[in-house]
Amino acid sequence: MATLTDPPSESFKLSMLIYDTRYRSITFQVIALILFLTLIGWLINNTVQNLQDLGKEPSFGFMNQPAGYDINQTLIPYNSQDTHLRAAFVGILNTLLVAVMGCITATVVGVFVGVLRLSGNWLVARLMTVYVEIFRNVPVLMWIVLCMAILIESLPSPSDFRGDDPEATMSFFDTVAITNRGVYVPAVEFSRGLPALPVGNAFDLSLNFVVALLVLLGGIWASGAIRRRADAIQNSTGVRPRTWHLRVGVILIPLIAVLTILGFNLQYPELKGFNFGGGLYMRNSLIALWLALSLYTAAFVAEIVRAGIMAVSHGQTEAAAALGLRPRRVMSLVVLPQALRIIIPPLISQYLNLTKNSSLAIAVGYMDVTGTLMGITLNQTGRELETVLLGMLVYLTISLIISAVMNLYNSRVALVER
Amino acid sequence: MSNTHADTVSYVRDTMLMQQDPPSTSVGVVGWARGNLFSGWFNTILTILSAAFVLWLLAGIVPWVVSPTWNASSLTECREILAGHEGACWGVIHERWNQLLFGFYPQELYWRPVLALVLLLIALGPILFADFVSPKILPFSAVYPFIGAWLLWGGTIWTPVMAALGFVVGYGVFVLAQRFIVPGLAFLAAVLAALVWWLVIMPFALPDLARLIPIGLEAVQSRQFGGFMLSITIGVTAILFSLPIGILLALGRRSDLPLVKWLCVGFIEFIRGVPLITLLFVASTLLNIFLPPGTNFDIILRVMIMVTLFASAYMAEVIRGGLAALPKGQYEGADSLGLDYWQAQRLIIMPQALKISIPGIVSTFIGVFKDTTLVSIISMFDPLGLANAIRADSAWNGIYWELFIFIGAVFFIFCFSMSRYSMYLERKLQTGHR
Repeated sequence: MATLTDPPSESFKLSMLIYDTRYRSITFQVIALILFLTLIGWLINNTVQNLQDLGKEPSFGFMNQPAGYDINQTLIPYNSQDTHLRAAFVGILNTLLVAVMGCITATVVGVFVGVLRLSGNWLVARLMTVYVEIFRNVPVLMWIVLCMAILIESLPSPSDFRGDDPEATMSFFDTVAITNRGVYVPAVEFSRGLPALPVGNAFDLSLNFVVALLVLLGGIWASGAIRRRADAIQNSTGVRPRTWHLRVGVILIPLIAVLTILGFNLQYPELKGFNFGGGLYMRNSLIALWLALSLYTAAFVAEIVRAGIMAVSHGQTEAAAALGLRPRRVMSLVVLPQALRIIIPPLISQYLNLTKNSSLAIAVGYMDVTGTLMGITLNQTGRELETVLLGMLVYLTISLIISAVMNLYNSRVALVER
Repeated sequence: MSNTHADTVSYVRDTMLMQQDPPSTSVGVVGWARGNLFSGWFNTILTILSAAFVLWLLAGIVPWVVSPTWNASSLTECREILAGHEGACWGVIHERWNQLLFGFYPQELYWRPVLALVLLLIALGPILFADFVSPKILPFSAVYPFIGAWLLWGGTIWTPVMAALGFVVGYGVFVLAQRFIVPGLAFLAAVLAALVWWLVIMPFALPDLARLIPIGLEAVQSRQFGGFMLSITIGVTAILFSLPIGILLALGRRSDLPLVKWLCVGFIEFIRGVPLITLLFVASTLLNIFLPPGTNFDIILRVMIMVTLFASAYMAEVIRGGLAALPKGQYEGADSLGLDYWQAQRLIIMPQALKISIPGIVSTFIGVFKDTTLVSIISMFDPLGLANAIRADSAWNGIYWELFIFIGAVFFIFCFSMSRYSMYLERKLQTGHR
């Protein structure tokens, strides 16, 4: 053992920076760092000089000045005297509104189409293929503009609803008015409602909705508890107690009770003069964007769902049947959990795409964050740098949150491999 | 044994039955329809409902499409021709299809974009259909980008020639430098030499060359570009450049060098996190602020750069997926053969990784081509921008289906053929057993 000695220590030579793999990576990284910093420095230097020439000082002070423009569709109270910051916030909420609505409908339509594409019925499968191919291969912007054009040009105007023998009538038992200015749906009202709770100075939170939502969530939790208890009984005795009436009741009864106490009623849209009043008004731009984004994304979701179901190997279904499981239990216990593992990650990235595509709202005049912050605010204040950077930051934050959720999900369902 | 069944079975057949045809209800058209359309009460209902839907759709569409309005010059004229009947007004396509294809490109110069498109198809031949087209055309494919750009924009021939010479200079320096230093540094030197050529020598020499030997085409301004020509120009450029940049970014993201890795991750995640439209806003309003004072380069070029960067980030993720899907043994095998990093990538890793990622790559291409329509939002006249302009024209005010069907059909043909091509390529490169 004593004969072992350390290898002869080489003295460091300059050429080793390039030829010795131990140092080469450091050399290249230092070169890359220098190049990168030079590029950044060059860009910043240019920017500073250009802004100086234009006489602009980069600052975000303008966000606190009055915006001076109206936004036609808002979720929170807003008027033209409010600040640019609040206008941007209204825009962000509008982006989130259309994104959430779009994701829900895209999922429903997409799952429906994806499953039907696998149907044994030749005609139905072909029809769904045609739908998927047409929507996937034509730009989403064209769908948005087309939907808007159809809504404006082909729907009746509010004045067509007037008179004793009107050209148009309201749909769904006189509750929904579909006009070329937008759709009027019944609004929710609480006649014995709780007071609204102001959150900071930003907006008023309707306690009625909060209470109703909490009761609903509580009911769902209780229903889950009943299911778990039924599972436990089945595991110990082998007989599953009948629980569906309990589970439906525990969700519905408290909700109905609370809504009755709060004096829940619907306010229907009515024709007043030349236009409709009352009810909840959704502008054409929102409807067109929502429809186009949902139908376009649904085509992609359908493909994802189809691929996910097809990826579960046939042996799994057969093995489950061999264990004596009924077809419904095969689907819910064996096929779906494995298909979902494949479906969910690309599905979430489709949600992300839908959210980013909602920025095309600017083409139909829906005031999302692109329309307010990067549209009118940019034009009015002339602050390209600040507004575009802020807008990018908003989208980046939304994207990162969605990716974080996806990563969390992935790490939870990932198969543990050797 | 022989009379085991003697008292239990009264009759045992001792000749074979003649083979019979299957029943007529399970073969041919009837059998197919029973199996695929009417295999149960639920399927029968579905079939009847969908058939009714298809018939209803066709009954609405066919009479509308067949409409003798090809020569009408305004919507009112269409209505006169149709005299109260429902029908399409195809006059708008007849009158404006030149504009939808070429935008405001000078009419007497239409042969140039057409020639550029034909040459593009020839140049793509040996790359896309290597089985059928001779590889002798490949040198032409290499110089096509310069010819195509020259045909579209015109101007003196020396601009594309000098730009192409920059690559020759870079390659020469690379070969020369490789004798003295390691390839990595030689590559760096080559890039530097090419940059010096483009940024210092070219602007210096161009005016004189153009004056001394004036060969050229009539120059066309970028703002005259429009219609599908604009979409294809931006789309093809972005597709062409996004693949190599995407490969480099993907390799960078998987690199062992932490700094390179984090730079690539930052770039990719930033680009993928923001919508393309914000990048186009950067191209149209901000890019001039980031560049040295007085620079004012072409809007189409700025848009092309942004769309290319956008596409390469997505491409990088697709290729990274392909790289991750390769078995580790391939990397170790390449190492054990003594190949260095770039040799291993070129000979072992990339051919397999790219093959795996073909579907993703092509769907990124399709996405990029569709996304070129977004330039209409920064007031460039792509087909959708033109459609808005035409709809604002008093003669065609109120028209929409005809225009959007035409535009949608052209996009559909391009995108659908791309996706079919990717399936063909996948089948062709299929080497595993199925």
